Amino acid sequence: MGSRIEILNEGGFRSDGRRQFELREIIIELSPQGVGDGSAIITHGLTQVLVSVYGPREAKSRSHTIHDRANINVEVGVAAFSTGERRKRSRGDKRILEFASTIKSTFEPVIQTNLYPRSQIDIYIQVLQQDGGLLQACINGTTLALINAGIPMIDFVCAVSGGVHSSDPLLDLTTLEEGDAPHITVAMMPKTGKVALVTMETRLHVDRFEQILTLAREAGAVIHREMKKAVLSRSNSLVAVMQSGHLVQERAVDDGMNE
Amino acid sequence: MVEITIRKRPRTEAVVTQRKFFKKTARGKVIKVLRERYLRDDVACGIENCRSCSELTGTSILPPSGDQLHPLFPNGHFVLPDTNVFLSQMDLVESPLFMPPIILLQTVIEEVRHRSLPLYNRLKALTRMDDKRIWVFYNEYRSETAIIREEGETPNDRNDRGIRKATEWYNSHISVNRPPIRGRPSPKLPTVVLMTEDAANRQKAEHAGIASISVRKYIEGVKDANQLLDLLAAAGAEDIEPTKAVAGRQALYPDYLPAAMLIAGVKSGELHQGHFNANQYNYLEGSVPVPAFSKPILLIGRENMNRAVQGDVVVVEVFDKKEWKAPADEVVDQDAALKNDDAEDSGDEGEGEGNETVAREKNLLELEKRSSEKQPTGRIVGVIKRNWRAYVCHIDSTSLTSSNTTSLSLQTVFATPVSRLLPRIRLRTRQAPILIGQKILVTIDRWDTTSRYPEGHFVRALGKVESKEAEQESLLLEFEVPYRPFGKAILDCLPPQGEQWVVPPKSSDSPEWKDREDLRGLIICSIDPPNCQDIDDALHARRLPNGNIEAGVHIADVSHFVHPDNPMDSEAASRGTTVYLVDKRIDMLPSLLGTNLCSLRPFVERLAFSAIWEMTPEAEIVNVSFTKSVIASKAAFTYDEAQIRKDDPHQQDELTQSIRLLNSLALKLKAGRMAAGALNLASPEVKIQLDTSESSDPIDVEQKELRETNSLVEEFMLLANISVARKIQETFPQTAVLRRHLPPPRTNFEKLQDILMKRKGMKLDVSSSGALAASLDLCVDPELPAFNTLVRIMATRCMLSAEYFCSGSVSRDTFGHYGLASPIYTHFTSPIRRYADVLAHRQLAAAIGYAPLHATLHSKAHVERVLDIVNRKHRMAQMAGRASVEFYVGLALKNRGEREKGKKGKAGEVREEAFVIRTFRNGLGVFVSKLGIEGLVMFKRDTQFDADNYTITVPSGGKDVTISVFDKVEVSIEVEKDKNTQRGRVKMTLVHPVDSRSL
Repeated sequence: MGSRIEILNEGGFRSDGRRQFELREIIIELSPQGVGDGSAIITHGLTQVLVSVYGPREAKSRSHTIHDRANINVEVGVAAFSTGERRKRSRGDKRILEFASTIKSTFEPVIQTNLYPRSQIDIYIQVLQQDGGLLQACINGTTLALINAGIPMIDFVCAVSGGVHSSDPLLDLTTLEEGDAPHITVAMMPKTGKVALVTMETRLHVDRFEQILTLAREAGAVIHREMKKAVLSRSNSLVAVMQSGHLVQERAVDDGMNE
Repeated sequence: MVEITIRKRPRTEAVVTQRKFFKKTARGKVIKVLRERYLRDDVACGIENCRSCSELTGTSILPPSGDQLHPLFPNGHFVLPDTNVFLSQMDLVESPLFMPPIILLQTVIEEVRHRSLPLYNRLKALTRMDDKRIWVFYNEYRSETAIIREEGETPNDRNDRGIRKATEWYNSHISVNRPPIRGRPSPKLPTVVLMTEDAANRQKAEHAGIASISVRKYIEGVKDANQLLDLLAAAGAEDIEPTKAVAGRQALYPDYLPAAMLIAGVKSGELHQGHFNANQYNYLEGSVPVPAFSKPILLIGRENMNRAVQGDVVVVEVFDKKEWKAPADEVVDQDAALKNDDAEDSGDEGEGEGNETVAREKNLLELEKRSSEKQPTGRIVGVIKRNWRAYVCHIDSTSLTSSNTTSLSLQTVFATPVSRLLPRIRLRTRQAPILIGQKILVTIDRWDTTSRYPEGHFVRALGKVESKEAEQESLLLEFEVPYRPFGKAILDCLPPQGEQWVVPPKSSDSPEWKDREDLRGLIICSIDPPNCQDIDDALHARRLPNGNIEAGVHIADVSHFVHPDNPMDSEAASRGTTVYLVDKRIDMLPSLLGTNLCSLRPFVERLAFSAIWEMTPEAEIVNVSFTKSVIASKAAFTYDEAQIRKDDPHQQDELTQSIRLLNSLALKLKAGRMAAGALNLASPEVKIQLDTSESSDPIDVEQKELRETNSLVEEFMLLANISVARKIQETFPQTAVLRRHLPPPRTNFEKLQDILMKRKGMKLDVSSSGALAASLDLCVDPELPAFNTLVRIMATRCMLSAEYFCSGSVSRDTFGHYGLASPIYTHFTSPIRRYADVLAHRQLAAAIGYAPLHATLHSKAHVERVLDIVNRKHRMAQMAGRASVEFYVGLALKNRGEREKGKKGKAGEVREEAFVIRTFRNGLGVFVSKLGIEGLVMFKRDTQFDADNYTITVPSGGKDVTISVFDKVEVSIEVEKDKNTQRGRVKMTLVHPVDSRSL
């Protein structure tokens, strides 16, 4: 059944009241739980993912060790309740595996893996809620969790999705919009302006591609500001705690930093 | 560069900004949907010079003080209509007289969209119009006016509340932004008036201190009230109920009976089997001709037509005689009647709009006043065989949910077939927006009892509407003309020498010369239309020493090249005939044969099959012989050239004499034929003048001119056909391929006789073809020279069409050809372009002992089967040719219209004389003889219709004008494109004696 909702109406509003270049609200929580070496929950509108990072630590098996750098292992789990229709996805689901490998290849050149030979970094991504822009949320969440874990990286990786409706570009698409508009996800590194990832699962006209790519890179910079703010405030609170001498509660984070 | 921002949505507002609801899918699964929305303060109110909103948007279109013309609101006002106003009073809102500044709420737009897509699309078109002052206010995104549904509140109530809240906000917004300035009288504040038909809603508004008004009351105060009140929908708000919960799908059509029951019923005579014919004037009516009744069985209404599509073989149950009805005399156009029907709702969600459509159609059926003559009426109880194929369609743009070309969403849309005989087809496609304005091919997949329309799928796009390629291809597809190039297996059957093939030198051992007569010395010529490439007949005549005349007809010997039962033969059999379009010819045989080896070109030797008569100078046949021959034509004339040559007294050469001789015989033959009672029928034939061969833009249309030489060739062809028919019937009484034209049943003429009697006081004697011919000759109106032709055309339409048949399958006394008044007839003279002629050639060759007859031609069943196909293809080819002419006439009209525009500088229109050939309750069927097209003039307003006298009385400026069948009128013809489907059609309006544009 075709949707009866307009993607972009004549007043320039999208179905959720945003305008073309407005991103959804971003909420970032760093180390919401104490188990991992670093973790983050990031919310883009109604999409929410939890990323936990373990490591660098000794590789579990021989086969996973690489002699000159760390091995990155990404596992993605999608909660059955994350979509409107309850649906259990198995771990071996092809789409999820592909998704994980996309994230892995995005971060491999960014994380300074050569500092940790023969070790392993585990990234566990748990999708809590989905409303479009899942990949961007996962990448942004992973960046934050890695930073939170104190793993050295050459830059932030900021991702955002961009699509086109007729000839009008849109940013940060919801599920509804993803179903209708051709779209790409772009991950960029704000310091260098380099693009770490571009994926496209729908057909997009080649004439529109460049426009959206530039736009998405600019949007990446906006997201970077937001992420940086969250990281700084987290660090500030840590510094404040350290100065007052109460280190006990923050053990997990500390461990990560000491490595 | 653009500004990219992050929209914040405070958590405290989550109640307002998040929406959670449960949705049940078609499969019955329940899905939870969570949506958020971002509320904002930068949604502009759209009133000019508003202090707080002016910097938000560049263009505000509402005048600062509203509309001050309405007596109830002296301070000025804006109208804020609710959803029902648009759902039921769209005609009113669309009227150019209804001009108040309108505030259109997003809530309203969305509700309209949800209820009816076509209405939504009309509304959207309205907002884009410049002269309407409509401001769309996105109330759901403005923080002050956004509301959420409360516990236990229906969506309808929620929307009503939202509309009231927006009205309230508007009023306060206006007053806040125009504070009284000290020392000046307080400013006059315009009111925003809630316009609603719902009394309860009005009451609630009054409570909240919001001005509200009903549509009727509002209109009564407007200047042009009288005209606008007419546009008010009578039903008002009552019949629009809140959106119904999705109930189980209800069956809209009765189920078919099981196959065994159908067969048994047909056998016992309780049920009747026949082909379903839809009525092209009225989509709610169809008929099935069956042998049991002299008139076809009438099917009225959708349920009775029970999902039959044009051409299906159906089984009909006939009602009791007292329930018999007469066919409607009104034109009911599917597009007009169902323009607000919704592609999605009526299918996937079951009822919704459905009921409305049903009600509307019931109304239509009841409104139709039927004249007295009743005919068998029934309903379809089963379908024996579906004759579904791919149909050429246009996408109906109003059925689209999104017309965005990049949209990837799956949409359910209507495809309107080009042919008016077919229902709309519902199909699901992801590329609907791209397909708008194109001709596409759609096949029907199924038609369930629960679905109002058949469901189909998109096959492929043919190209842009009105591009010649697309139109041509669609024509060929529509009439099932196979137009693919010939395959290799077929081309392999051609002589290996190809173009170089020549008749070998005469020798007794060459197979070509075996049993062939050498007629190369005869003075043979061919006479054809200009630019004819496939010359399949040539003639000669000479005086014999005994005073008699020898006349010969030489037909291309196609059967020498096309051997039975090879790939080329079976391809030709399946193509049946060559199809002639205005700018293209689709050959039955590969063009090497058609235009070269078998074409009896001048100055080359060609193989022929000759029929040679010895006749007295009075054209009585003394003797006839048939022989395979070798000829060398001496000239290829066009009709004009031959005519000029014949008439030129200076030309005394043998060729000219031979033409004159032929002509003298032809005249006598024709006289003899006419005396025997042959009909001189007329069909509207026009010629398209093409600009140049490359651009093929039609310049103009003119009627075909007939010359003496046309009739010369025709007479000899008839003679040859008749002679051959006799011969093969004699030799092969069981399997001879013949052609007959059954006498039309007398009832076919009843209507025409009645019209002629009542309108002109003329009688038509249809007792025999001779009597008919004689009485047709008497139908002359001295004032109207074209009248006779018109009557002939109408008489022709009353007749059956001629058909091929196998002599063993029908009784001997039905062999006759009614139109030609010949007891026996076949087709022999055009084997290049007709397959039946090829068969006749083979049979004749066997009859004269030239070659044994192939086994298949001994089998009655096989001959019947082949001729069935040939008959069908023949019919299709005729229709395709006609449609092609029609298309070009349309193009020519458009061109002419444009030229006229250039000349006079005003709206281009083409005016032509036309004759009324049919009267309907709400229109006239007219025939424009000069262009050979038929058209429909529709009246919107009521007319007095007298079915018995075939007259219609139209009010015109105080006095009534009566128009009747056979009246000469003047029509203005334009080619108009349907707004929604881009389907072009010829639109005619009456100019004289009354101007129907205002009617």
